[in-house]
Amino acid sequence: MGSITLQKVSKSFGTTSVIPEIDLEINDGEFVVFVGPSGCGKSTLLRMIAGLEDLSGGRIIIDGKDMSNEAPAKRGLSMVFQSYALYPHMSVYGNIAFPLKMDGQDKTAIDKKVKDAAHILNLTNYLDRRPGQLSGGQRQRVAIGRAIVRQPKAFLFDEPLSNLDAALRGNMRLEISDLHHQLATTMIYVTHDQVEAMTMADKIVVLNAGRIEQVGSPLELYRNPRNVFVAGFIGSPRMNLIEGQEAARQNAVTLGVRPEHVRISKTEGVWKGIVGVTEHLGSDTFIHVQADGVGKVTVRTDGDFAAEHGQPVFLTPESARLHRFDADGQAI
Amino acid sequence: MATLQTRATARIMMSPAVILLFLWMIVPLVMTLYFSFLRYNLLMPGTEEFVGFLNYQYFLTDPAFFTALKNTLVLVGGTLLITVIGGILLALVLDQPFFGQGIVRLLVIAPFFVMPTVSALVWKNMLMHPVNGLFAWIARSFGFQPIDWFAEVPMFSIILIVAWQWLPFATLILLTALQSLDGEQIEAAEMDGAGAFSRFFYLVLPHMSRAITVVILIQTIFLLSVFAEILVTTNGGPGIQTTNITYLIYAQALLQFDVGGASAGGIVAVILANIVAFFLIRLIGKNLER
Repeated sequence: MGSITLQKVSKSFGTTSVIPEIDLEINDGEFVVFVGPSGCGKSTLLRMIAGLEDLSGGRIIIDGKDMSNEAPAKRGLSMVFQSYALYPHMSVYGNIAFPLKMDGQDKTAIDKKVKDAAHILNLTNYLDRRPGQLSGGQRQRVAIGRAIVRQPKAFLFDEPLSNLDAALRGNMRLEISDLHHQLATTMIYVTHDQVEAMTMADKIVVLNAGRIEQVGSPLELYRNPRNVFVAGFIGSPRMNLIEGQEAARQNAVTLGVRPEHVRISKTEGVWKGIVGVTEHLGSDTFIHVQADGVGKVTVRTDGDFAAEHGQPVFLTPESARLHRFDADGQAI
Repeated sequence: MATLQTRATARIMMSPAVILLFLWMIVPLVMTLYFSFLRYNLLMPGTEEFVGFLNYQYFLTDPAFFTALKNTLVLVGGTLLITVIGGILLALVLDQPFFGQGIVRLLVIAPFFVMPTVSALVWKNMLMHPVNGLFAWIARSFGFQPIDWFAEVPMFSIILIVAWQWLPFATLILLTALQSLDGEQIEAAEMDGAGAFSRFFYLVLPHMSRAITVVILIQTIFLLSVFAEILVTTNGGPGIQTTNITYLIYAQALLQFDVGGASAGGIVAVILANIVAFFLIRLIGKNLER
């Protein structure tokens, strides 16, 4: 059980409105990712769901019950913080056991639950250590362990991977996804990294300046971005957004085409351009081309494509994969 | 400070300060040590002679010594108790956001800037005076018999005065410790279902333990040598009820003019302070390791 409904939820600090009004439905067992640039209100929204931040208006309904003014502990949610927020003077065991101890459960039950959680998270050998003696990834797992022992209705993750290095981040992403399949509990995950959003989410909520820009599955958002903001935010490298004459020719104010949907050729094509920087990733090559009358276009091609700085090339966008946006930035 | 040259330069540059500080310490210490083995009474000049450990024998077998030792410990312990507990409570209050926070914080720190003699006089004449004092007035206006503080509870009165002076210090250190507590930890504990008391005992207090040990260490060093407050208010009395080791040595030297005996007392005090410091440093070392 763990469905969460936000009804006209709003938040303002003094006179500045951070979140105007949001309606959102999160189903039981779903992995929902709030994604958006920093300062878009995604963390605030999460904290409001957690109960760490008061609502300025609207209601939060968890499992059919209005929890808008309930204390954080009463809402039955667990949270993993960006800084992990482990208790530094307690051992790993003490950290994981803390919510159970506060719940007043008896020692043997606590012991069993902590050991189970430690087993799931590969922490069995570290139970006696203090958080200061653990690596970043292990701390992360302790924080998750502390969250899962309570068997909450939903997990809230506040940018949990942003303090880890790139390799570890990839691992933890898999582990969290795995955990979601094992536990089948609702998870709400906040990140500014669209890669995390794309790889983990069942449902992505794209936020910008406190407003929801679009809600949908990763591929929905990738294929049919509703507006320029979502188009530019989802997908890596960013979608090429072309304005001016070339866009007008296609009956749009802004024309979007993803780097992977532009074909590059040395001999023929629609747009003519000059190669700028080339990024070789091995599997792919990103080529930044200055195209005549179009502007800068990033192209994604296979890893074997050899291009030199200043070399003339030809680009052909796949016409079926073009995104057209009107003057308000909305998709046509 | 990596190369041989920079290390040598650093040593040369530091040496004047180090040598000065060393002399500053060693000259009085050696002189005291020397006097403590002499019969040296200011009333009998010219009769100084080496007497071995006689001065120590007299000082340590003096019944006043044990009373003074007990008084010293009571004074240190009582003051520590009040300042640490009071400091924690005050720090908790001052950490809350409220109107006029800056001014209140300044006021709380203020007693630390008042010199001991002055504050003792203020307490003696304006607050604790059995006739003119504020406390007496309060007691009378409620129909009670005023307490003659320095006659009835002399040691407690001294402790109150000293604690009043040191409370700001404790508060200041503990407040900074409190402010360095990670807000997310408190929020995590809130989500884990910890109430205000659990949060205090499981998170805040362990977080402050380092600061508390620092407060205890620094205060102990200074409180072992409390003197001005006693001289100004009770003169060690009534009887020797408020005589601590420092005051006893003063009485030996400047009231009985026995410099030799006082020097022996001084050396004893140094040894006692070192014993206390030894245990404190071990305690703190343990606490700082974590």
